[in-house]
Parts: sequence; structure tokens; C-alpha cells
Amino acid sequence: MAGKIKIIVIGGSAGSFNVVRKILLSLPSDFPIPIVLCLHRLKDVKKGFVESLNLSSRLKVKEPEDKDPVKPGYVYLSPANYHLLIEPTHNFALSTEDNINFSRPSIDITFESAGYSFRDKMAGIILSGANGDGARGLYNAHINGAFTVVQDPTDAQFNLMPGETLKLFKPDKILKEDGIVEFIKSLRINTYV
Amino acid sequence: MFRSQNSAMEDIGIKDIKKVIETVYEVRGIDFSNYAFSSFRRRIKRFMELNKVRDFNDFIRNIRESEEYVDNLIKEITVNVTEMFRDPTFWTFLNNNIIPKIKFENKLRIWHAACSTGEEVYSMAILLKEAGLLKSASIVATDINNNVLNVARKGSYPIRNQELNSKNYELFGGRRSLADYYMQTGTRVQFDKELIGNVDFLCHDLALDNPIGTFDLIICRNVLIYFNFELQEKVVQTFVQSMAPNSYLGIGSKESLSWCKAARALEEVSYEEKVYKKSASGERP
Repeated sequence: MAGKIKIIVIGGSAGSFNVVRKILLSLPSDFPIPIVLCLHRLKDVKKGFVESLNLSSRLKVKEPEDKDPVKPGYVYLSPANYHLLIEPTHNFALSTEDNINFSRPSIDITFESAGYSFRDKMAGIILSGANGDGARGLYNAHINGAFTVVQDPTDAQFNLMPGETLKLFKPDKILKEDGIVEFIKSLRINTYV
Repeated sequence: MFRSQNSAMEDIGIKDIKKVIETVYEVRGIDFSNYAFSSFRRRIKRFMELNKVRDFNDFIRNIRESEEYVDNLIKEITVNVTEMFRDPTFWTFLNNNIIPKIKFENKLRIWHAACSTGEEVYSMAILLKEAGLLKSASIVATDINNNVLNVARKGSYPIRNQELNSKNYELFGGRRSLADYYMQTGTRVQFDKELIGNVDFLCHDLALDNPIGTFDLIICRNVLIYFNFELQEKVVQTFVQSMAPNSYLGIGSKESLSWCKAARALEEVSYEEKVYKKSASGERP
């Protein structure tokens, strides 16, 4: 297990912002695993989101540009109005193809491509949301060997997104907010809590 | 998403993708080998899902045997959703900071590279019209796919897209109402033909074909994201070769030229809006 997880991908929509903040606040500046946040957001509001996440984070939060390499020490936020994919070469790639589940960025797309490219070296986490986007993507990453975590629907502000995921498969863990924070911190030394 | 009945299909891999690329090249001479992998793989999966492909060998056979099937496949791979005045601040920047600086001689020469269904061509035409420059412009709009060029030539779009287009137009700072530029018939709108009076729509493959002229402004937004490094380099080189002294290039807001050798001939005018300039000498100052 040691050193296994090379990327953490987190998907969330309505009700996920505070959990994401809590996660970022808990992580030290030398956290060694890159984190990718695919969060539903307004298409035409480009500014403010990264800035507000940076206020809660010791790690640098940035929106990747096309072909940027995935690097430790960063938290990457999916840019507004683009889908965010991860290539087998471990570079980001963007796409403007149609909305998936009414969403661009679509969490399905990010989970699916990261799962294909990182296989069992990915940890995928799905949080609160009032939309089913992300469920099939996380399932697909699970098929490709990713370690999967779903926020406990009874703990999520909006339970549809975690609920839809649990309809598809049994994830490795179902955790409440605090459990998710502890789980991510534990990946640093790769002892899953 | 992937409601595939066949779990093997969920996992179309590198070898399968290579086979598709080879076969399409064999039958059509279109080379997708330098397209960005993840998006390309997604498009193939999506096509297989829409066409309920159960067996990979059948899929390859269909590509070999049916012209219509390949047409549809190429369309699925290359057609991208676009909107008018996508990223309104880009168009505002173009209008306020770039267009007034272009000192054109005879005509203001513009190339829309990979224009898809033409939404940005109409955006540009509207911008130029409101700046009093439409009649001075000579625009070439190209795409690899003739079907989408026909949509662009026709200028007929679904009414349901106009809400977003209108909102973008307003955010851009349009002087009128977008509806002033089209007529509604049923569920579609027909844009004013006058807008494309000076536009030539041409079939052109950025991956294979040579430069098509010299321009004062090249617009190629959210196209490079579908190419790998190698093809991006080649395409940017084509652009640089096609740029007149003191001309500009505009790319997508999250695209980057920072790694690209050919882009060393260009100067960044705006990081935010991703506009680049080729100086008078063609050398970076």
C-alpha cells in the first residue's frame, strides 16, 4: 500500500463547498498527493472561486490550463465552462464538448479519465450534490481499480449525488465529513483509516 | 453517460483507439493520431454508445464498409459545441483593445480556424458591424468537416441556444439586441445573411493542410485542446507563418502556448484573454 495513491479526485456539487473547505484547511503545505476538485460551478463566473478556496488552503489552489502536468503540492480546480480530463501521460486536458448531466464541468468525465489514467493509484471521493453527475464516472474509476469513497448520504446536505453512486456499486468506504477529512490526511502515509 | 450493456466496451483501450485511427486514415486520409488521447477516446466511446455498438470488430467493419458511418463518426469526433460570444470578456477585449490597433491596408483579414458550426464567425461579424468595419473585413472560416461548414453557411440555429447567446452578447457589451440579427421561424432562427457577405467558408484540415494566406487576426479558440503537443506545435507554426506583421492570434481562455516553440515569435498581449501579437519584424521584442 505504501506510496500507492498518486492522485485524489474529489467531485461535488450543491452542499459540497464546506466539506471541501474543511478538507483543504486540514492539509499541510507539504501534503504530497495532488488533489483535483471537480465541482459544479456557474459557467460565466470565472473569478472568485479559486481565490476563496486559496483562503482556506495551505496548498496552492489553481485552475489548470490545457496540458499542465499534474504535480504534488497543488489543488487543481476544474475551470468554469470546460470539462477537465486527465491524460495517461498525467497531464490535464480540457474539452468544450456538450454538457453531461446538464453540467460542464462534468464530474463523470473527470472521474472516468482519471480512473483510466491512474487505475489503482487514484482515490476518488464523491460529496454532496443535487444531481446524479459523478456516479457513473466514479463507478467507472472503481472498475479500473480506483479506491472509492462516498459521502454518507445521511451526512450530505444534498444526498442525490452520493445516493445515485451507491445505487451503482459498493464503494470502498462510506464516510461522514470528518471521516473523509481523516481519510485524506491518512493517504499521506498511506494508512487508510 | 456510459449505459453500455457490454462491460468490455466500458474499457476501450489504447490498442482499440489505434485501430480506429488506422482504419479511418485508410478509408478517408484523415489523421487523428495526434489528437489528445482522453477526449478522443471519449468521443469514440460516445459514438459506440449512441450507435449501440456491441462488438469492436463490427465497429471496425462498419468504418471500412459504410461511407455514411464514417461521416457520422468523424462528425462525432470533431464537432464541438460552441456558442456565440463564448467568454464575453474575450470579445470585449478584442473590440476595445485589439481591433482598433490593427492597421490594415486594404482589407482587415481574419481567419477563423476550425470554426465548427460558425457561432464565433457570426459573433465576429456582429462585433465588426457594430464597429463599422464589417464592409472592410475579409474573413476566411475553415473547418475539417464540410457538414458543419454547411451549417455555418446557412446560419440557421435552434432557438433554444439564443438565450445563452443573447446573454453572452449583452455581457460582451453589444449595442443592440441579438434578436435584431436574426428572424425566427418556428423553433429555429435565421441569422442575417449580410453578416457573412464577406466570409469564405473553406474545408481545411489543420493537421495536414498548409497555410491559406496572410492575416491580421487569427481566431482559433478551444481547438488546440483536442490536439497533442506535437500537433499543437505544428498548428501554431502554421498560424505564425500566416500572420502579417503587427497581427494578432486569439486562443481559448484555458489554452496555453507557454511550452510551444513556434510561439516564441509571439508576444503575449493579454494572459487573461489569451491574445498574442506578432511584432512588425516577426521577432519577439
